[in-house]
Amino acid sequence: MREPLLEIEQLDCGILENVSLTVGVGETVCLAGPSGSGKSRLLRAIADLDPNRGQVRLRGELRQAMPANVWRRRVGYLPAESHWWAERVGEHMESPDEADLHALGFTREVLGWQVARLSSGERARLALLRLWSMRPEVLLLDEPTASLDPERVRAVERWLAARAAEGCGLLWVSHDREQITRVADRALEIRDRSLLPWA
Amino acid sequence: MGVISLSTLDLALAAALVGALALAGWRLSLGIARPLVIAALRTTVQLSLIGLVLTALFARATLPWVLALAIVMVLLAGREVVARQKRRLTGGWSYLLGTTAMFISSFAVSGLALLVLINAEPWYLPQYAIPLLGMLLGNTMNGIALSLERLTDAAYRRRGEIEARLTLGETWSAAIAPMRLESMRAGLIPIINSMAAAGIVSLPGMMTGQILSGTPPMEAVKYQILIMFLIAAGTGFGTMVAVWFGAKRLFDERERLRLDRLKTTN
Repeated sequence: MREPLLEIEQLDCGILENVSLTVGVGETVCLAGPSGSGKSRLLRAIADLDPNRGQVRLRGELRQAMPANVWRRRVGYLPAESHWWAERVGEHMESPDEADLHALGFTREVLGWQVARLSSGERARLALLRLWSMRPEVLLLDEPTASLDPERVRAVERWLAARAAEGCGLLWVSHDREQITRVADRALEIRDRSLLPWA
Repeated sequence: MGVISLSTLDLALAAALVGALALAGWRLSLGIARPLVIAALRTTVQLSLIGLVLTALFARATLPWVLALAIVMVLLAGREVVARQKRRLTGGWSYLLGTTAMFISSFAVSGLALLVLINAEPWYLPQYAIPLLGMLLGNTMNGIALSLERLTDAAYRRRGEIEARLTLGETWSAAIAPMRLESMRAGLIPIINSMAAAGIVSLPGMMTGQILSGTPPMEAVKYQILIMFLIAAGTGFGTMVAVWFGAKRLFDERERLRLDRLKTTN
């Protein structure tokens, strides 16, 4: 039994009600379900981006006991679509580690690249890198590999597995059954507005 | 030198010009004839009414009456700010914000001007107090309406960016800072432009009016400079108040971006 990291009790977030879920230290929990079933809504609610009710704890600390921005820094949410505001990639993040850059297929030069010229796959991987530069303790991932080619998908999965091995907890929304089989310690799916074991 | 009084015939001739324009607009199907006529009628009625009010007020220049008119003016200006918003804050917040910001800045600035700078006897002499407040309100109203409009529009259009900043651990204040700066600038640009162009491109209305009624040009110029500075200060501080609290209202106590607090009109 893993030590609990992220504990969610009776969370109400619009479509879904009474969601209880725990992600342990170093655990990868996958979340499946048809589109529109509320997977993204659930991740947004955990990150406290939309109004929601329920108790959420990180390492036993209540969410409402810490400032919202500290919570979001520790519980990193990766939306399906990334947004960029400055002209160059490097202006959006603290300097990332060399090893992380390489693992995700970049060199340090990427920091000088123009955001407008990035491909969707590059954006997706850079958004992950940008989020990781905050050193979150939990990652809430909304289809992090949806826009990547198969080779890159494997690279990102390996990199995320290494983060989990270091103790980071992953709550990973995926549509891909094979991916879930590859990466998940445990899988759940949303059916009829409730969270059930993945079949 | 006194004022040359205008006869009804003079005004009728000017009205005929507007009538001719409306006719031309109607023949060319410009779609402006109706709004033009309505606006011209509103000008006539509203200004005549305020003329009557001012005449009555000047005859009975007591502080309660001056204050009462001043408050009515602020409340009407607040309504005008709301009417110009494409996306309003729900629950009367746009009205409250606009009115409060104008109240603070216009009242503070015209109070300062009346008590310290102009030194009329008594300080609330309506011949000074009401036109001064009117000019300040007209301009701060523009600034506040422009900046709130820009703020809510920017927050709506750039919500993805704001939320991305929030997910990266920024506070609400940091996440909306670029939009806040942009909207403050939008509110201040008109007064900066009019100060820069004053005397070169345009002769300001108040100065022209004073010269027409016989004031020596240099005296009129000094009043105009005073007014411009007061307007700049009033607009600037009013805009800051409105934008700061407007931005704060777009987030809740958990620093979530709450665009459901905006409703789109027309």
